[in-house]
Amino acid sequence: MIKLRFASPEMLVDINDLPGLDYLRRDDDGMLHIGALCRHGALERSSLLATHQPTMASAAPLVADPIVRNRGTLVGSLCHADPQGDWASVMASLDGSVVAQGPNGRRTVLVKEFVRGPFQTVLAVDEIVVEAVVPAPQGQAAGGYLKLERRVGDFATAGVAVSIDRTGNKVTRAGIALTGVGGSTISADDAAQLLVGQPLGAEVIGEAAELAAQAAQPFSDHRGSESFKRQVVRVFTSRILSRLLGSEEEAA
Amino acid sequence: MSNLYEVLPSVSEDDVPVRKVTIRVNGESLSAVVEPRLLLAHLLRQGFKLTGTHTGCDTSNCGACTVLLDGQPVKSCTMFAVQADGHDVMTIEGLAGPSELHALQEGFKEEHGLQCGFCTPGMMMTSKALLDENPNPTEDEIRWALSGNLCRCTGYQNIVKAVMWAATKLQDQ
Repeated sequence: MIKLRFASPEMLVDINDLPGLDYLRRDDDGMLHIGALCRHGALERSSLLATHQPTMASAAPLVADPIVRNRGTLVGSLCHADPQGDWASVMASLDGSVVAQGPNGRRTVLVKEFVRGPFQTVLAVDEIVVEAVVPAPQGQAAGGYLKLERRVGDFATAGVAVSIDRTGNKVTRAGIALTGVGGSTISADDAAQLLVGQPLGAEVIGEAAELAAQAAQPFSDHRGSESFKRQVVRVFTSRILSRLLGSEEEAA
Repeated sequence: MSNLYEVLPSVSEDDVPVRKVTIRVNGESLSAVVEPRLLLAHLLRQGFKLTGTHTGCDTSNCGACTVLLDGQPVKSCTMFAVQADGHDVMTIEGLAGPSELHALQEGFKEEHGLQCGFCTPGMMMTSKALLDENPNPTEDEIRWALSGNLCRCTGYQNIVKAVMWAATKLQDQ
């Protein structure tokens, strides 16, 4: 941000040496806590995520590149609020929140309400985000993240995060969010709501993919035309959900 | 101690905020007085005259500036020098002594893993961290680990071969 002259702060406070903020923790009830200094690389290598949180586990290896993942953090990515940021979509699809701390104590803000626009959040100047939280799944968590990028580390042409919770084969909660196809992270709530209350099936997957594509607000640029990006959203939504349908049939 | 800050004509020297940093670079404790805005890559190159670390894109894309911070590869163009205060930094100059070659350097020579050589220091530092963690990587693992280091000459084939060559050599030792 400073190099791009988007920001010229008079003072920067480096939080990297603060102790006790690099955790990834799962409560007994299944809620996840990601500390402000938990690096992308730690999430990528986490067996906890691999076991319990498939949407995050599939996104972690796609964030930036392996070297950047050694330094960058999930919380930093959320606060950066780049419409191309992967974690904002993932956390929005999971109904995740950030916990901000300021002089008047802590407050919890849904990621969907935290990001106000490109590089803009509701964070006050005297607040910092100390952790991100993902609520416990309502049943069995399933999901995935797909991103199209021209090369590793490039901004996303388009990305889709899907998260569903299931009891038996019935979807009890669903979230779908889109990366890089609008002025900020887009929650495709209509697409997600369609999935709730029934088992996954080819027909409902097709309809949800269509609604997700309609929710996208892409611009035509050097990464692709508006219609191409919409098509990527359609295909990725369908692909992630179809894989979940496949995994369900395998399990049964 | 290096004194490394430029004084802009519009401000007097007293107005420039400076910090003292002490970094263990390639095993040697080095100190400098720097402006807080100075990047680690620039301190290494201009302050400590370790010009093996290259600055390519200056935007965290290319990886030519990769150094090891406490053993982990980081892009030194995207870190302030003051953030490395009290930490260990290893640059390409620290891989081997002046009259010897590290297995990676030998591998890049044997397998022709470079053409213009600009990306090579970053390639080697990332590979060093990979081999420290995973002494016997597959080709896919090497390509994955090096995916944050760009090379515009080689097409990567010989870079991957060079890292495999080094892995074999280090395992035989």
